[in-house]
Amino acid sequence: MPSLGTTYGRGAATLAQWDLANSDFVLVMGSNMAENHPIAFRFVMRAKEKGATIVHADPRFTRTSALADIHAPLRAGTDIAFLGGIIRHILENDLWFKDYVLNYTNIATIISSDYQDPEQLDGLFSGWDEEKKSYTVDSWQYKDMKVPSSLAEHEPSTSDSFDEAAKSTSDGPPPEDRTLRHPNCVYQIMRRHYARYTPEMVERVTGCPAGTFLKVCEAITRNSGRERTGAICYAVGWTHHSTGVQMIRGAGIIQALLGNVGRPGGGVLALRGHTSIQGSTDIPTLYDMLPGYLQQPNANQKHADLQEFLETEQTPTGWWHNLPKYMVSLLRAWYGDNATAENGWGYRWLPKIVGDHSQLPMTLAMRDGVIKGMFFLGQNPVIGGSNSKQVQAGLAKLDWMVVRDCAETETASFWKEGHLVRDGDMRPEDIGTEVFLMPASLAGEKDGTFTNTHRLLQWHDKVVDGPGDSQSELWFIYHLGRRLKALYADSDLERDQPIQNLTWDYPERGPDRDPSAEAVLKEINGYTWLDRRQLSGIPDIKDDGSTACGCWIYCGVFPTHNDNKSRSRRADGPDGPGTHLGWGFAWPDNRRTLANRASADPEGKPWSERKRLIWWDAEKETWTGDDQVDFVKDKPPGFKPDWSKHPTGMDALGGDAPFILIADGKAALFSSSGLKDGPLPTHYEPLESPVHNQLYKQEANPVAKHWEKRDNELAEPGDPRFPHSFTTYRLTEHHSGGTPTRSVPVTAELQPEGFAEIPTELARELGIGNTDWVVISTLRGEIETRALVTDRLQPFHLGGGKTVHQVGMPWHFGWKGYATGDIANVLTAVVGDPNTSMHENKALVCGLRRGRLARDGGRHGES
Amino acid sequence: MRRSRPPIIRRTLADRIGGFVRDWSVPRQIAGQSSATKAAESALSRGLRPRLDEADTVGTNICPYCAVGCAQLMYAKDGRVIHVEGDPRSPINQGTLCPKGAATLGLMTMPERLDKIKYRAPHSDRWEERSMDWAMDRIAHLTKKTRDEAFVQELPDGGTVNHTQAIGSLGGATLDNEENYLIKKLFSAGLGMVWIENQARV
Ligand code: SF4
Repeated sequence: MPSLGTTYGRGAATLAQWDLANSDFVLVMGSNMAENHPIAFRFVMRAKEKGATIVHADPRFTRTSALADIHAPLRAGTDIAFLGGIIRHILENDLWFKDYVLNYTNIATIISSDYQDPEQLDGLFSGWDEEKKSYTVDSWQYKDMKVPSSLAEHEPSTSDSFDEAAKSTSDGPPPEDRTLRHPNCVYQIMRRHYARYTPEMVERVTGCPAGTFLKVCEAITRNSGRERTGAICYAVGWTHHSTGVQMIRGAGIIQALLGNVGRPGGGVLALRGHTSIQGSTDIPTLYDMLPGYLQQPNANQKHADLQEFLETEQTPTGWWHNLPKYMVSLLRAWYGDNATAENGWGYRWLPKIVGDHSQLPMTLAMRDGVIKGMFFLGQNPVIGGSNSKQVQAGLAKLDWMVVRDCAETETASFWKEGHLVRDGDMRPEDIGTEVFLMPASLAGEKDGTFTNTHRLLQWHDKVVDGPGDSQSELWFIYHLGRRLKALYADSDLERDQPIQNLTWDYPERGPDRDPSAEAVLKEINGYTWLDRRQLSGIPDIKDDGSTACGCWIYCGVFPTHNDNKSRSRRADGPDGPGTHLGWGFAWPDNRRTLANRASADPEGKPWSERKRLIWWDAEKETWTGDDQVDFVKDKPPGFKPDWSKHPTGMDALGGDAPFILIADGKAALFSSSGLKDGPLPTHYEPLESPVHNQLYKQEANPVAKHWEKRDNELAEPGDPRFPHSFTTYRLTEHHSGGTPTRSVPVTAELQPEGFAEIPTELARELGIGNTDWVVISTLRGEIETRALVTDRLQPFHLGGGKTVHQVGMPWHFGWKGYATGDIANVLTAVVGDPNTSMHENKALVCGLRRGRLARDGGRHGES
Repeated sequence: MRRSRPPIIRRTLADRIGGFVRDWSVPRQIAGQSSATKAAESALSRGLRPRLDEADTVGTNICPYCAVGCAQLMYAKDGRVIHVEGDPRSPINQGTLCPKGAATLGLMTMPERLDKIKYRAPHSDRWEERSMDWAMDRIAHLTKKTRDEAFVQELPDGGTVNHTQAIGSLGGATLDNEENYLIKKLFSAGLGMVWIENQARV
């Protein structure tokens, strides 16, 4: 989540789920929380019982809406127009929390005079390179100062043209004007940028009535300030857009302006889908990062050797100045004694990426024969991947693939039951892919930790063995690694050194030779290299090779040999502080609320008794309170950097700079570095939209990714064949790709069959009755499903007298298991957000008709 | 453990009616005794035992579905899971579970659960069963072969990359941190794979 990363410094939820019970407002947007994160939604309901106002802004009326005080409907993909409208409302009515914002954000900072806004350039920011279709970000910088990105999940910058003469953040404080009169201070830029996002414009673009919109603005501003706080909860309803990162940025800006971040009941909560999706980002099975949000070396960056890598990536100021410690200790953990100071700790053995190797281009790389072998480890891309037919064409081009899951998935069986065979394009005999389908153990059948949506590591026990040949991924990877090390043992080729030098010693247990998950977690935590003492916390990590650490942000989870904090199960009692510091371990350093220094005023006193969390104890000269402080524990609130000494790292941040991973310690309302599509969120239409952009000539995000047109075309705005807005979503009873629920009788029975929700008015127009078969089409494909005609979906009345209907469809279904249905992702396209390559499956356009598809030579499908 | 039934004794009709009335809990509750205590008991309910009494093992689990992170208690008997319920100690779920979390036992014991290794040879139209050792050896062999055929040490411009683009890996968000760690370590730092992705973008 580069959005929260660039705004607050870390790409993760800022508060714990249970803390929502302390909120005075909760805005749920880009999420159907009551249905998809039901147990967390209990805390929203508790807040409501205590008097909080609950708002649900969403295209559909769902059970979340039913339980909210206000439901604000908005057309899929127009969230930035809505959020921009809120920002304008806050600024124009002077409702922002002055003492917080002036001190803890960059609102007063002066931006380069070269900066030009989309208001001037009709939808583009300054720095646009028409040829490269990308931005150079020089004009987005602070005046005469180069601002490094806060690393977290940042991607290769599109610019290498920073003015080398620019001052660094070490040379002095950023230029600012606290009177906010300077025309290029962030405050004035934001006022100009959002001036046209009036309630009327919000209504014209999003379809949300201006009156409803104003009620939302009133509810969230009334419930923010010294005495009150509120939270914004979002999920993939925001991330799955070509502007997804900027939607979340919008929420980040609102919460910073209202002074809600780092305080009890306040902040931004990312609601993530899979049980350990946060963990798999922290310890990334992702192409562009190393554990702990370090950059994967990139051939297109100045990353040739370790020294150059560190020079490029180390920020002069702020916490990320510690980067060399984390990188060297990771290399020590991975290459052991083979890593030496002389060979740059084995840095060159790490592979370098050469471009975007994320899932969407992965589909194309399979289809084009670049990738020849694939491992699918608990993921089912035939259901979950965009443009499912293209995914299947890719699978058919592979030499071999390994699928590890608890049941046979659509991905595993594509060669006998998939679209290629079903549509008659190929017979199984034509498909040369060698397929291994291996049974995988589930939680309860293996030891290990999951990291939940609020950064909490919780251990789960192995209670029983998995059935038959089932083994954990830990077992599989460990034994595959052993075999490969044996195969490469005798090689004297230089290129085989990485696998030969990799440390791979984990204690084994039992007849199956199960590797110890505890031993792996101990390595993740880190230890001293020579005498193998566990590191007690992040400050113990060194850059001289004396420590090994697999993921620096998890350091502290296993501080001594027999203290596994993820196993800790001591929750607070009813009279306790309610931060539950004894339950599991939250990264970093067991901190439950990020940036909680901001829960106190610049002098270190809580903003109010009601909302106190952390404060400065002048007598003991330490920060103290109900949470682990997310700050330097003994840095007094009045501390000022001594600029004459060109301070680096944390010495360059004052005692009133709560966002310690940002180079200047302040929340970035205006984000100078780290994002590819602009320093401020701006409304663009989805790449496929039923209407034109009413705000700018620029229709869609100019840097959005659209890999290739073949079998992946997009409709033009207003294409009469595809007049309806189309969105996809999940159901309470099913889980994502569906394998773990469609194959389970009890959940399959609760939601037995695929369907699409269709508004009553539209159904009447098209002669569609409830449970009729309908065909939904896009330029990528057609599917058939049953109609669920409902008033829950209402038409949107937009500017220019235009009315747009929406069609919604759960994307879980496929041909395996007991609950079946056509695959929604046949309709979606391989397009994505420029920052994350996240696909845009929440807002596209479709055609709709009553009827069925002719399949299997005229025979209808059995769903 | 199977519990023996109380012995059946021949009784007169009046005896039985009398016994039934005495045993019937409603009159006692009408008489003012609390329904939350002994007044709710009957001969039948006294004989009932919770399923959990039979468990020989209990462990803590975390729900395998969504990222809320609900804690569960998992009960097993003779190496088989017999019951999964919300952990009342958890500050996240306080004993509750949603329909998915409540289906965890169903997931672990579902009829569709895979328990054998299935292999599909190139161009074949069917699955075949294979042993673990055979499959592991074959996968290791294919991995090495594919890596070796497409390993790039340097780009044409001389920059080292030490990578292979011929093998990819997808998945991780349903897995343990320890598993993701070993996947990244082996695939990236060991083999030089760059196409490594998971559901974080899905
Ligand atoms: S019980 Fe439901 S809400 Fe809780 S973790 Fe499982 S799926 Fe998520």
